[in-house]
Amino acid sequence: MKKHIDPFWWTLFGAGGALSALFLPALLFFTGIAFPLGWFTTPPYEYLHSLVSPWYVRLFFLAIISLSLFHWAHRFRFTLYEGLQLHHFDLIIPILCYGTAIAGSIFAALTLWNL
Amino acid sequence: MENLTIKEKRPKKYIRPMPIFWWVHRWVHIKFIARELTSVFVAAYAVIFLLYVRSIGRGPDAFADFSERLRVPALIVFHAVALLVLLFHSITWFNLAPQAMVIKIGDRKVPGVVIALLNYAGWVVISAVLAWIMLHKQ
Amino acid sequence: MQTHISLDVFRYRPEQESEPVFQRYEVPLRKDWVILDALNYIKDQVDGTLSFRWSCRMGVCGSCGMMVNGTPVLTCASFLEKFAPGPIRVEPLENFPVVRDLVIEMSDFMDKLKKVKPWIIRREEEEKSPATEYLQTPSQLADYKQYSMCINCMLCYAACPVYGLEPGFTGPAAIALAQRYNLDNRDQGQQERMELLSADDGIWQCTFVGECSAVCPKGVDPAGAIQRYKVGGAGDWWKSVLLPFGKGS
Repeated sequence: MKKHIDPFWWTLFGAGGALSALFLPALLFFTGIAFPLGWFTTPPYEYLHSLVSPWYVRLFFLAIISLSLFHWAHRFRFTLYEGLQLHHFDLIIPILCYGTAIAGSIFAALTLWNL
Repeated sequence: MENLTIKEKRPKKYIRPMPIFWWVHRWVHIKFIARELTSVFVAAYAVIFLLYVRSIGRGPDAFADFSERLRVPALIVFHAVALLVLLFHSITWFNLAPQAMVIKIGDRKVPGVVIALLNYAGWVVISAVLAWIMLHKQ
Repeated sequence: MQTHISLDVFRYRPEQESEPVFQRYEVPLRKDWVILDALNYIKDQVDGTLSFRWSCRMGVCGSCGMMVNGTPVLTCASFLEKFAPGPIRVEPLENFPVVRDLVIEMSDFMDKLKKVKPWIIRREEEEKSPATEYLQTPSQLADYKQYSMCINCMLCYAACPVYGLEPGFTGPAAIALAQRYNLDNRDQGQQERMELLSADDGIWQCTFVGECSAVCPKGVDPAGAIQRYKVGGAGDWWKSVLLPFGKGS
């Protein structure tokens, strides 16, 4: 059973889909729309800094960001197969998709570690 | 006896090819591809969120700079579009959850509607908590 | 009051043409007629050369599936009036090779059904003739009953874009059938079937378009069966990775 890797990617896809569905809309609304447009005042810097500093918060952010990337990677891979009929590139497309997600996750991990 | 070779006559079957853009012809398929492409915006915002958090870590000036950059009209438009796309992702995701998760309590199956509603409830609670975290320092 | 309706019917006669053509027929628009009635009217009264499959004419045999205005339906269950004013386009089921007119080649589907081992599998070491029957409560029956309702009409295969793109894909009905046995408390073959369906052409090809369940005339919900199978398959995969000395594969 181990030799099939798709269940692994699918699990990440599922987790990423759930986390992104639950958390990202509200986060996007505040950081990308409400605060820039001044609908609410942006919280003071010290407060935000204290919010994001704890290790468990950064770990949680890493989980959301990384799993969102893997959610994209798995879904986009199959969208290319089906939407553009590129299934015969079944080596390079997974490498590019999952590779990008892995690279993005490493970047996120390093960034959040060094915050 | 002569060596008879019998050649089977099989009628030629007709195979209908699937066009590359098979999905533009039916609304259901367009919705499907749109649903799948929401993942692009999911990844895009995840990266933006990471940069947002990074700017907080880099100090008040870096954060102020980043916040200024987010006010650019192009980015506001992007975020507005992205929000709609993310909502489409969330709604389609929660609506499909009952088909993937069959939960039984004792002998009885939990109705699909309940599972979907529980997902939506979780979404509302989480969003409310995030809103409180973001806003209670007003 | 519309008294007649037109059907544009897909014709393919390999002995006389290499490409299919559409032929238009006028049929009476009777309130109680379904597409199958119209086709039989055409064959009886207008054009005896039209070929198509049908049998029970009441939605239980699965023979009369065809594309009507681009959607796979049972022609015995689709009323003409619903498509008024017409014309109604009638074609053979999508994603299957056409043998003649509205008749498709279904051997790939039959192979896929067989591939998932659709029978009760018991462990080898068990005695061949048990002393009593295998008992099953109504609740245990309810666990898999939905997936046993499949009439093998192939509408789900016609609706599945993945099957259209990758003919090797096991497909909705076959996977739902596998689930029918996996969820049966008398069956002990989950492991065997999982190994088959975890392969490249198995459940992981499915991207949950959901059209299979939308067109199923029997409410089998093959899409749901496949997603549940994925959850189970993913669980098994993690168990085999994290607990390699467990039940074993």
